[in-house]
Amino acid sequence: MKAVEVKNLYFKYENEWVLEDINFELEDKKFMAIIGPNGGGKTTLLKLLLGFLTPTKGEIKIYNKPPKENREIIGYVPQHTNFSLDLPITVFDIVLQGRLKKGKFFYSQEDKEKAKETLKSLNIYELKDKKIKNLSGGQRQKVLIARALVSEPKILMMDEPTSAIDPRGQKEILDMIENFNITRIVVSHDIKILLRNVDKIAYIHKKAVIHEGPKLNIPKDKHFCEVELIEFLKDEACGI
Amino acid sequence: MWDLINTSIYASFLLSIAIGVIGSLIVINKTTAITGSIAHGSFGGIGFALYLGSSVILTTSLFTALLAVILAFITIRFPHRQDSLIGVIWAVGMSIGIIFLSLTPGYQSDAISYLFGNILLVENRDLIFMGIIDLVILISIIFLYHRFLAMSYDREFLKLRGINADLLYTYFLILTSLTIVMSVRAIGIILILALFTIPALIAEKFTKKFFTMMILSGVLGFVFMAGGIIISFYYNISPTPTIVIMAAVTLLLSLFKKS
Ligand SMILES: Nc1ncnc2c1ncn2[C@@H]1O[C@H](COP(=O)(O)OP(=O)(O)O)[C@@H](O)[C@H]1O
Ligand SMILES: [Mg+2]
Repeated sequence: MKAVEVKNLYFKYENEWVLEDINFELEDKKFMAIIGPNGGGKTTLLKLLLGFLTPTKGEIKIYNKPPKENREIIGYVPQHTNFSLDLPITVFDIVLQGRLKKGKFFYSQEDKEKAKETLKSLNIYELKDKKIKNLSGGQRQKVLIARALVSEPKILMMDEPTSAIDPRGQKEILDMIENFNITRIVVSHDIKILLRNVDKIAYIHKKAVIHEGPKLNIPKDKHFCEVELIEFLKDEACGI
Repeated sequence: MWDLINTSIYASFLLSIAIGVIGSLIVINKTTAITGSIAHGSFGGIGFALYLGSSVILTTSLFTALLAVILAFITIRFPHRQDSLIGVIWAVGMSIGIIFLSLTPGYQSDAISYLFGNILLVENRDLIFMGIIDLVILISIIFLYHRFLAMSYDREFLKLRGINADLLYTYFLILTSLTIVMSVRAIGIILILALFTIPALIAEKFTKKFFTMMILSGVLGFVFMAGGIIISFYYNISPTPTIVIMAAVTLLLSLFKKS
């Protein structure tokens, strides 16, 4: 089953193309990494996949429907740095937000059970009643992942889930993502993600270079090899 | 004394409900500047009403609701220029008010009383309007509590959940505008912002849940207003500034609280 299909996708905000002729597909339950330099268009691509932006040209399908019509099955973890920390809200309430939907104004007992279950499965149940302000970066990220998972999505999309987190937290989060049994798309400018068990890699720098896993078999893009790739990966990946 | 101040104490109670709910939402949604813009812009509605000789409450409600819709559009459509555009609405609303006032001789002092407000001069019919708006606010918060909270935390996520976050935001600004109209006679255009944000800013420091933040800011709002009314009554000074100074001093003290 195809989870994602992107065909001849073009996008521009104003005059300049941010994405040109992007094509890829992703099978159900696979793990895809979108990498590339800052400003390369990764977040833009993710927002197109989420249906927050509309393609200038081309087509996107998430489980055979345009993203906007299939949002129910998408879980989303935004870049966590954008949020106000002073907000008087507990972890449990943030996770419950993932159960909101059209026409639903109050949380049911089932919603609460589901939220507890999700917190437990991510090993953060004991944070339940804490204010977000009092959490570490890694813990906050896990809370956002819990909020995305609590609606039981078929596909999880994450924007820079390991940025601004200490190395141990990064490892924990990537371990976690690696083991989820749903389709996953992770955007990251940190290419250490390629050391993970990813099934597909898109290197986005205006034009996407798509590459099928296994790990470390990295696209032989000149800019990518020369500029982006950290030293210890260069040898294996690009043969230089 | 009670006979002289009882209406204003009732008004304080009714206003404190709006302060608790809408004031807290203003703070967590960071819509202070927008609220200032609607509050000052409401002067346009007041001027227009005095010019037409129509009901100030009705005309100003419609006028500020229109401002709220314009501001919602601006902040959604032009997020990067919103601060400047908010300032423009602020000034345009005031200018409209001043123009209509100069076309309506003999009402200047009426208009000035809206700028500074006086809770001691609130009448029974004002209480009725306050009660109606409180009712709308309470019903709204009961149903929209989780949505409003999610909106202030992450509007994009709300959209992903299939909820029209832009419409919700517009509705919130309309509620804010009605709250301003209900407070304008009692508090005055210039100081509305302070009275709505200070209790919430204090309450935020002492609460872990938004629900308790609303309750606490409502209670604080009531205490400040009632205290201000009594002080201003005994010393014969203007109530609103007394209320605001009391609130600001409390805020200052609360800043020393260790978090
Ligand atoms: N809302 C926007 N309006 C106009 N240009 C934008 C907007 N968002 C991003 N861009 C531009 O699009 C390009 C890609 O940005 P982005 O997708 O955020 O890159 P990445 O996530 O890879 O760092 C950048 O040149 C950026 O300046
Ligand atoms: Mg980005």
